[in-house]
Amino acid sequence: MKKHILPALKLSLFSLIFFSGIYTLIILLVAQLAPNKGLGQTIEVKGKTIGYALEGQNFTQDKYFWGRPSAVAYNAMGSGGSNKGPSNPDYIKDVQNKVDSFLVHNPGIKKENIPAELVTASGSGLDPDLSPNAAYIQIARIAKARGLQESKIKAIVDSHIDPAFLGLFGTVKVNVLKLNLALDQIQ
Amino acid sequence: MNTEIAGIVLMLVATILLAIPLGNYIAKVYQNKTTWLDFILNPIDKLFFRISGIKPEREMTWQQHLLALLTINFVWFLFSMLVLMNMGWLPLNPDSNPSMTASLAFNTSVSFISNTNIQHYSGETAVSYLGQLVLMLFQFISAGAGMAVCAVVFNAMKERTTDKLGNFYNYFVKSCTRVLLPLSVVVAIILLFAGTPMTFKGKDQFISMQGDTVNVSRGPVAAMVAIKQLGTNGGGFFGANSSHPFENPNYFTNIIENISILLIPIAMVFAMGTIIKRRKFAWIVFGVMTAGFIIFVVPSVYMEMKGNPAISRLGISQNRGNMEGKEIRFGSAASGYWGISTTVTSNGSVNAMHDSFMPLTGMFTMLGMMINSFYGGVGVGFLNFYVFMIISVFISGLMVGRTPEFLGKKIEAKEMKIATIIALLHTLLILSGTALASHLYAHNPQAYATWLNNPGYHGFSEMLYEYSSASANNGSEFAGLSANTNFWNITGGLIMLLSRFLPIIGPVAIAGILAKKKYVPESAGTLKTDTVTFGIMIFAVIMIVAALSFFPALSLGPISEHFSLN
Repeated sequence: MKKHILPALKLSLFSLIFFSGIYTLIILLVAQLAPNKGLGQTIEVKGKTIGYALEGQNFTQDKYFWGRPSAVAYNAMGSGGSNKGPSNPDYIKDVQNKVDSFLVHNPGIKKENIPAELVTASGSGLDPDLSPNAAYIQIARIAKARGLQESKIKAIVDSHIDPAFLGLFGTVKVNVLKLNLALDQIQ
Repeated sequence: MNTEIAGIVLMLVATILLAIPLGNYIAKVYQNKTTWLDFILNPIDKLFFRISGIKPEREMTWQQHLLALLTINFVWFLFSMLVLMNMGWLPLNPDSNPSMTASLAFNTSVSFISNTNIQHYSGETAVSYLGQLVLMLFQFISAGAGMAVCAVVFNAMKERTTDKLGNFYNYFVKSCTRVLLPLSVVVAIILLFAGTPMTFKGKDQFISMQGDTVNVSRGPVAAMVAIKQLGTNGGGFFGANSSHPFENPNYFTNIIENISILLIPIAMVFAMGTIIKRRKFAWIVFGVMTAGFIIFVVPSVYMEMKGNPAISRLGISQNRGNMEGKEIRFGSAASGYWGISTTVTSNGSVNAMHDSFMPLTGMFTMLGMMINSFYGGVGVGFLNFYVFMIISVFISGLMVGRTPEFLGKKIEAKEMKIATIIALLHTLLILSGTALASHLYAHNPQAYATWLNNPGYHGFSEMLYEYSSASANNGSEFAGLSANTNFWNITGGLIMLLSRFLPIIGPVAIAGILAKKKYVPESAGTLKTDTVTFGIMIFAVIMIVAALSFFPALSLGPISEHFSLN
């Protein structure tokens, strides 16, 4: 033990300098070349930051596309999911309430067309995306709230769809913040 | 083919294709052969050795290796406690996050030095940047320590008789600087360009489109996420771990991170084949591990893509599968695949909330941790597998009436006793922990009502998962469990300690004892270990010893929940 304690102390100290210090500095240096210098990519309108490209934000008004439900109310300083188990009766009731409230705000929509991702909470509570179906189903409501033609809004959604990675792998999605920005820019 | 499934196939194939050359490279590192990174890493390693006063060529016995390992881990533990309990007033704390309480600091310190990374806190509000950097240090060195002891065992498995098994510090430093560091730099840079933050500025504030004031946590994220995946650590910068858009911005980064989770554990198997010059044996080990992995992946991905029957009964559409706790950019298939990847290795990072997985997916993630050797953690996963091999050799030796020999060394009572104790320890720790917690809860549900986020079978699963994760040094959680209490911090911490160090001491001791024995060349009477038959034997032993011991507990949790749902 005694023979090992001094090398252990010195080795740990130098590891601290090397891995917490030098490695971090190298990555920090490279970050200066990355988008927005490693500060996180922001989206700006008229010189003002209105959001981060990667993080979802809360949309509740009828004239905007709504994102996924968030267990943390889109708190970007306290990410997390609901951690509800699939058999939890309170959870099922909660989803049912979300379905009912969606139907109230979107009259004329058939229940069997509501995609589950619109009424179930995301993992991070900051999911920036929707599936195309979850966006399409909101078009009628937004068209009415904005007094626009549905076809015009559908064209916006279609032009914002991100295909699967290389067209072959993973999911197809659409970024909610960018959709809503595009909506505001029509008028 | 469905693009979500195609993504999984791509990830698995790419992981294996990368692990083979990496295995050759790791073998070169542990045999002190020249590699193409020498020009930059030789001076760095020399600096490490000179400053620490270490002579890397001085060989150690297995006892000296263990002493070196335990001493340095003790130093790390004290240092970690010191930082975590004082970081509130120390520098690099722009968001004024507080210091930890003693019980949380104990749990977190043990968790990070033992390569577990269970987090009973959320990084955004509970750790300063200094704290994060120190935790990141442990992500390097705890992984390096695990790889170093694995290198000792590889060295001991060679065809010779010796008690000199290389130098611990040499293996340790080289694991960190030559394997973990270069890979981390590559992964961190990929993440940076995908949008992962890397800054020492504190939180940002902006007004959202709807007029809400939003505070955004940032920090030196990219550097930490890279090593958290590569070192099977799993401790995330943010509470939501790799489901957070900053930690895992898109499907491509998800592929990179998922490959990083499995890469080194698989590469270590191939490195073993090269070092002990038994490549076919390495392929058998790889085959057994991969068979186990795929057997867990297929039903889990199926269950997640099929969705939740209780949600189906509400009459809505579930095209994307069970999306509770998942992110759109990954989808249910890649989330299920990650869930198994992160639990068969002892990684424990998550890209979806495991608490909201379908019951059987939850069961397979738990089984991954209960077996803990289908790949397993960097270095230590192979040690767990080694224990099962010793047991398999002994049992098959008895079955065919031959002396149990493993790689030319006789296996006798002493080695078998150690192997059996280690194999049963994991079961003992998980089940007695869960039994204790269930007892307390069942006898006083009011007092402990805040523990569980879900009632019934699922609540039991939350407790079983927590101890499986602690004992497997995994670090993922059914995060509905409110685990930042003295009871969970201390019992979990003790289990992590025991299950980190005893399963290292055991296999190193066995390997050391075997290395000293006379080498018996293979003859017609030797039980061949590099055959498919022996592979099946190991698989059966793992299933019987590890998986079946947990069957009653799993029946009470996920299996009952599954049947109650349908």
